[in-house]
Amino acid sequence: MSSAYELAIEHPAESSMDQKNQLHPRLLKSPVVLKATGVTKSYRKGKVEVPVLKGVDIEVLEGEFQAIVGASGSGKSTFLHLLATLDKPDDGEIYFEDNRIDNLPAASRDILRNRYIGMIFQFYHLLPELTALENVLMPVMIHHGFMSYMLQRRKFRKRAKELLDLVGLSHRLKHRPREMSGGEMQRVAIARSLMANPRLLLADEPTGNLDRAAGEEIMEIIHELNSAYDVTIVMVTHDLSIAAQADRTVRLAEGRVESVSFQS
Amino acid sequence: MYKLLLSWRYLKSRYIALASIVSVTLGVATLIVVNSVMAGFSDEMHKRLHGILSDIVIRSHDLNGLPDPEWHMDEIRQLAGDDIEAMTAAIQIPAMINFRDNIQGQWITQPITLIGIDHQTYSGVSDFSEYLLHPDNREQLDFLLKENDYGRGKKDRFPVSGWARRRVSAEWEQKAVEAPSDSEGIDAADVPASPFPLVDDSGVEGQGATIAGLDGQLSGVPDSTGDLGVPGVPFQSSNEPEIVFDPASEQHTGIVLGISICSVRGRDADGEVMDYYFALPGDDVKVTFPNTGQPPKAVSDSFTIVDFYESEMSEYDSSFAFVPLAKLQDLRGMVDVQSGVKSVSTIQLKLKEGADLNVVRDKLQARFPIQQFGYQIQTWRDMQGPLLAAVQLETTILNILLFLIIAVAGFGILATFFMIVVEKTRDVGILKSLGAPSSGVMSIFLGYGLSLGTVGSGVGLVLGLLFVKHINTIAGWIEGVTGQEVFDPTVYYFNQIPVIVNPLTCVWVVIGAIAIAVIASILPARKAAKLHPVEALRYE
Ligand SMILES: Nc1ncnc2c1ncn2[C@@H]1O[C@H](COP(=O)(O)OP(=O)(O)O)[C@@H](O)[C@H]1O
Ligand SMILES: [Mg+2]
Repeated sequence: MSSAYELAIEHPAESSMDQKNQLHPRLLKSPVVLKATGVTKSYRKGKVEVPVLKGVDIEVLEGEFQAIVGASGSGKSTFLHLLATLDKPDDGEIYFEDNRIDNLPAASRDILRNRYIGMIFQFYHLLPELTALENVLMPVMIHHGFMSYMLQRRKFRKRAKELLDLVGLSHRLKHRPREMSGGEMQRVAIARSLMANPRLLLADEPTGNLDRAAGEEIMEIIHELNSAYDVTIVMVTHDLSIAAQADRTVRLAEGRVESVSFQS
Repeated sequence: MYKLLLSWRYLKSRYIALASIVSVTLGVATLIVVNSVMAGFSDEMHKRLHGILSDIVIRSHDLNGLPDPEWHMDEIRQLAGDDIEAMTAAIQIPAMINFRDNIQGQWITQPITLIGIDHQTYSGVSDFSEYLLHPDNREQLDFLLKENDYGRGKKDRFPVSGWARRRVSAEWEQKAVEAPSDSEGIDAADVPASPFPLVDDSGVEGQGATIAGLDGQLSGVPDSTGDLGVPGVPFQSSNEPEIVFDPASEQHTGIVLGISICSVRGRDADGEVMDYYFALPGDDVKVTFPNTGQPPKAVSDSFTIVDFYESEMSEYDSSFAFVPLAKLQDLRGMVDVQSGVKSVSTIQLKLKEGADLNVVRDKLQARFPIQQFGYQIQTWRDMQGPLLAAVQLETTILNILLFLIIAVAGFGILATFFMIVVEKTRDVGILKSLGAPSSGVMSIFLGYGLSLGTVGSGVGLVLGLLFVKHINTIAGWIEGVTGQEVFDPTVYYFNQIPVIVNPLTCVWVVIGAIAIAVIASILPARKAAKLHPVEALRYE
């Protein structure tokens, strides 16, 4: 991590085979976790249709840390929401572990988000009425019914505490979001996103709302997740120095992938 | 799981929503109080009406018209003998009563319903004897004047009555007759003072004190009676003037008067409720009624009040007067000269516990078809149908109105919930991004409504029940604060507000209120469920 990075932002988009060749050697044998092909999305503003994504392709390998960069308003969040099945693309396909997910029925997409894909947001998005611990427990509470949850409660709480410990918040279990700093809230959000043990973590500018020190702490945690726990991460950011730490950086512009670069 | 947790947390953190259900609480409490009071009233009325009226009454259209009651009763026994517990024949006719008011000394004439009863069997068909004032008469009425003790065990502040009163007043009237008969010479001081307190405030029976306010009125007695020529002499029956009648030791035929015929309920100077009696057991009255002639002629006779009848239903207490059946049949000429067969005007039946009134009524109606006999055969419910129906209608309308109030509260909940949903838009987005299904999001808000409704109506239930339990105390406080009588016993003839808490009604009221709260939360909950996750997340 401490070595020098090279960010080849001038490279045009390359073929999948070529890309793989430039990836970190540890990823060479990894299967594809997430794949998007020709994804388009446009918003309607009154009668005018505003195209935001005009055909975006990406590929994420298991264990990869991929960054998506682009100017503000370039459609990064929109794209991430599509990947998370929070919204449907107008056109194109999204595959999660070789299964097409963009056209799944609502119930299946709910399950996917609940157990397979974790999410972190710029504004943390914690539930204000719940404590840190309860917020972390939320995914399993949603997964399990009352009885089933109650029976496994000890196990869940133990895991939630471990996760909060991992993000360095074991002393903040009973705190409400408003009693915590931005960095702490984001760490709770990270713990929550890991609760269901997801295969993929989607992060939308997790440091965008934090000061430099807090942002660096968060990035350290995210890096550790990727390197020590092999969590696959797709992270949207506008901070190029953060993007430089990624295995692969996808640059969005004008609703398309403008370029892809690799950490060498 | 998360639904419960979040409903609970929203409940705890949104006191504004609790405020919105205060109206539910009040509505539920009011409904329970109103229903309990109405049920109390109507139950009391049912009990009294049923107690006064017998189960089934067969009444001839004609005042004279039910000849040979024995034959009818045999027929009825054959028809429905298994169901019949008691049966009696009676005469019920309109009449006039005439007596001297012993407060003002004036003569009072009033319309009454004169009922000739067979005192052996009459108390078997209704609660008649329970309403009598003398304890012995409550056991068995015999139409004989008792020594004293009227009201014992029932009205503890009843003035001296019976022979104890009759002897003294006969003596007093004797003195009044012996006093100089030229009215100019009468001085108020010459007239012997009334030996009795005429109101029931003496507290102790037989204590000879009179209240000051009434003394003045009493002294007016000779002035007014002086105009009549023969002051104080009891009714001189014109039919039998030759018989020497000693009022101190003899009585006329007994009559039981409805208590309100010769009393009024009012307040004394201190505002205490008390009864003022114009006449008391031991006094004589004159009753005028039609005989069976064509056209009927008025017949009069003297009766001695032997007891009062107090059913606490003013309609009956102010009109019923009971005399022995045989005496009334004689006086009215209801005995057929040739056959000796007597007639009556009604036959009253009491059925055994659990017998179906309507079935027996229908049997009787089939046996005595109206075309042939002209009898009206009714159950007590039929007779009091309009009254009972009116009470029922009143209860129904009040219930509808109060439920409308709760429905109004429902709109309050609706508005509050919409606000909460808007406020919680981001939370909905978060939950959906975490994989909560729309139905789950919806049930958070439905659960929220349900718990608000439950809390609101639960508190309302407790408040309502507490209010009902202490309603008379509360009425007392309100009286104390406002000086206004909430529940005026001079009007209602109840000393207390009667209440009956019907558990089923309470359950329905609570369920209804909860349902309204839940229904009011459906729309906001649907709105929350339909929120688009991305837009909800972006919502600021
Ligand atoms: N609901 C919406 N309706 C209309 N336009 C939208 C909506 N959401 C996003 N946009 C537009 O889409 C574009 C991309 O937004 P976004 O994905 O948030 O960009 P980024 O995250 O890269 O800053 C922006 O121009 C934004 O104004
Ligand atoms: Mg964005």
